[in-house]
Amino acid sequence: MQNMGFEVLFRGTNFLRLCGGLWVTLRIALISMILSILLGFVLGMIMNIQNIVVKAICRFYLEVVRIMPQLVLLFLVYFGAAKHLGMNLSGENAAIIVFTFWGTAEMGDLVRSALIAIPKHQYESGCGLGLTKLQVYIYIILPQTVRRLLPSGINLLTRMIKTTSLVALIGVIEVVKVGKQIIDASRYTDPKAGLWVYGAVFIMYFVICFPFSRLSAALEKKFANQ
Amino acid sequence: MAETILEVEHLKKSYGSQALVLNDISFSIEKGEVVVVVGPSGCGKSTFLRCLNRLEDINEGTIKLRGVSYEKEKKKVHQFREKVGMVFQSYDLFPNMTIMGNLLLAPMKVQKRKKEEVQAEAEQLLERVGLLEKKDSYPRQLSGGQKQRVAIVRSLLMHPEVLLLDEITAALDPEMVREVLQVVLELAKSGMTMVIVTHEMEFARAVADRVIFLDGGKVVEEAGPEEFFNHPKTDRAKQFLNSFHYEAVNE
Repeated sequence: MQNMGFEVLFRGTNFLRLCGGLWVTLRIALISMILSILLGFVLGMIMNIQNIVVKAICRFYLEVVRIMPQLVLLFLVYFGAAKHLGMNLSGENAAIIVFTFWGTAEMGDLVRSALIAIPKHQYESGCGLGLTKLQVYIYIILPQTVRRLLPSGINLLTRMIKTTSLVALIGVIEVVKVGKQIIDASRYTDPKAGLWVYGAVFIMYFVICFPFSRLSAALEKKFANQ
Repeated sequence: MAETILEVEHLKKSYGSQALVLNDISFSIEKGEVVVVVGPSGCGKSTFLRCLNRLEDINEGTIKLRGVSYEKEKKKVHQFREKVGMVFQSYDLFPNMTIMGNLLLAPMKVQKRKKEEVQAEAEQLLERVGLLEKKDSYPRQLSGGQKQRVAIVRSLLMHPEVLLLDEITAALDPEMVREVLQVVLELAKSGMTMVIVTHEMEFARAVADRVIFLDGGKVVEEAGPEEFFNHPKTDRAKQFLNSFHYEAVNE
């Protein structure tokens, strides 16, 4: 029987290794995303402060993140930190730092625009009822911000999951890298393994990203009915 | 003798370094009184109301609630606002909550009242404005007039000493104006102290105990409704009232 290269997926611990790689991918993306959401909310509120210095600093941060390719940031943090700051960062930690740095900027900008999209009267009628500023934010403004953020927030998360494939370049063994290792190891026994392995990786990305976009669509629908 | 609820002395207000929006306004309102503030647009009516609720800082003067002047301290501003209810022109219900959620929020969070108690009172008030069956709806499912009635109920639930209504029908379709004003008229009958800014002159005449005519940030005229609408004293007020009449095009 002709060797289709398909068997390579299940030879030895190959499939488990791919799943392990996927877990690394997911872990980096989720930790970064959670940090980005928390910091992004803070940043978004700071960005709305009417102060030239604050605005300039936020602007600068945002532009740096937008202009620099994530790969450059990864190299900068991973190799730069080791060399110039004498820090011994693991690849995964460096990746989390970079993705959080990136995610916070994007999230902050999303939060900022969601906050200004909320009419001034929402703040005023909350205050007018005797609520404190903090209560107005917690009960009125943030819940409305969250629903405006859902589509773009989920979009950022899936982009982040996909961009984690870059971390292989600073030595983190995530799902694409594991795939490459499997292909290289079976080059002579299964020369056609590439298609199957990368195909499996493709499906794995789909399997984790798809539920998020379904979730987002479902939540949007739920909110739209209110 | 009637108790004075709000007392304003020599209130001055400007935005930034621009000219005074409110120029030396003195005003007081007694318990159960309904004062209607009218005037051309830009005369400072809304700003005046916003100052009364401390949504705007004032430059000079004092505002006293039952003889107590609340300073700019944060804690006290909330106490002040709790007792001075306000309804705005735009429908300002919170879209992320049901009608009942909108009503319960402030009494529970600010006044720490029990849910059951507030809920019972809320249902009673909703019934009065004919909206009890909407309590579990979301604001977007209500018409503008319905939303404004809920907004009024929301303010009432805080048991304010005085209610400020800032052009509450200005953004409504004409056929919805009446249902909202009807609620306000009933409130006036039940003895609610109110300061009302409105462009509905017929309504002003019906509801007011006293009319204040503001122009250029000053109180130009102050009189009972019959006197003000039938025999305005100042030229400025006459001109203003005339602007509500249309000459017929044909003979």
